[in-house]
Amino acid sequence: ADAPVSPPAEAAELRARLRAVRHTVLVLSGKGGVGKSTFSAALAHGLAADEDKQVALLDIDICGPSIPKMMGLEGEQVHQSGSGWSPVYVEENLGVMSVGFLLSSPDDAVIWRGPKKNGLIKQFLRDVDWGEIDYLIVDTPPGTSDEHLSIVQYLSATHIDGAVIVTTPQEISLQDVRKEINFCHKVKLPIIGVVENMSGFVCPKCKKESQIFPPTTGGAEKMCQNLNVSLLGKVPLDPQIGKSCDRGQSFLSEAPESPATLSYRNIIQRIQEYCEQRHSREEKSI
Amino acid sequence: SLTERSTNLLGVRNILLVLSGKGGVGKSTICTELALALRHCGHRVGILDVDLCGPSIPRMLRVQDRAVHQCDSGWVPVFVGQDRGIALMSIGFLLEQPDDAVVWRGPKKNALIKQFVTDVAWGDLDFLIVDTPPGTSDEHISTVEALRHYKLLGAILVTTPQ
Repeated sequence: ADAPVSPPAEAAELRARLRAVRHTVLVLSGKGGVGKSTFSAALAHGLAADEDKQVALLDIDICGPSIPKMMGLEGEQVHQSGSGWSPVYVEENLGVMSVGFLLSSPDDAVIWRGPKKNGLIKQFLRDVDWGEIDYLIVDTPPGTSDEHLSIVQYLSATHIDGAVIVTTPQEISLQDVRKEINFCHKVKLPIIGVVENMSGFVCPKCKKESQIFPPTTGGAEKMCQNLNVSLLGKVPLDPQIGKSCDRGQSFLSEAPESPATLSYRNIIQRIQEYCEQRHSREEKSI
Repeated sequence: SLTERSTNLLGVRNILLVLSGKGGVGKSTICTELALALRHCGHRVGILDVDLCGPSIPRMLRVQDRAVHQCDSGWVPVFVGQDRGIALMSIGFLLEQPDDAVVWRGPKKNALIKQFVTDVAWGDLDFLIVDTPPGTSDEHISTVEALRHYKLLGAILVTTPQ
């Protein structure tokens, strides 16, 4: 199978809207509940720490949008202007869009089949006035279905630097993540690398390390070796992460000394380097 | 009409859906443990795994390498457990390679789910447990629609504390 493509008129419309986006990173996993949204939020905060960078976080998990709560934006609504929908801003340089902002109540279920979900994703890309962005981060639901095919199709109008694939150490997760890696190959989406979340737990009292999700088949490290993809890093379990997400706070700011924060920061730096290198390679070839 | 409805679910006394909006909370794990516990109590049990993108049940029951066969009334489920007393159907069994991604849009998923629901020769079961993917989309709508005329006991919702 090849990368899905939009019809020419649609592609032109999207290309016009997205021409001011420098870098796009998709956050994927075959598996649910491994920390995609958590990572997307941390990546957005991490990149936006540089006030000169303009960052956009797009949440295309239509059925389970976690980003509004994680970014402390629950209850916010989307405003329309002459130039389109306005993203909801967490910081001056960090804008967010999610179906969560379109619901009248946070418990409303979005019970939509594929075509309707695809329509909203296209609207998010075509109708949101993102402005000039250095980094567009796209948080996705688990799986390899409508949302994933559509985002790859619509973003073919611009470019995608690559995908960051999130997993946890156990084989039940890796099993689904290998499928996601194959999905990326199928649609010709470059893989920036894999992040292993929930990778060990250090007790804050006795300092003993435990494997809450034992890597019975070698974890992400072995999988990455076998499939020749980069392991961007391992992030340990830290109960502060879940708390920060529930409270809508930036974990990186709330727990700057946590080993998990150090891991996140290293991973974010590697992603930045990957994107910047790709960019300078392209500029040289022009 | 009655003639269009398959007879494959008529021998199933109770159908249980295991749902969650959220991924990774333990739906498949609960389905597996529930099936094993019910079997331990002496009930006849089946599991239908409609998580087409991320089918976890075969590995949890150590049958990821098995294949499915057809008979006159449809697909024969894979029999698992110590006494082969649990009947399982999952798309996991239909994949050529375990790492193959099922990259399907909604309509194709809906067609397969409809087949899974009506074309598996379950025989007589006390409980059929249906494992679902996270969300409230195609798989969920199609599964509930396909099961509407049968004995749907109800849904168990799985979550974690946060």
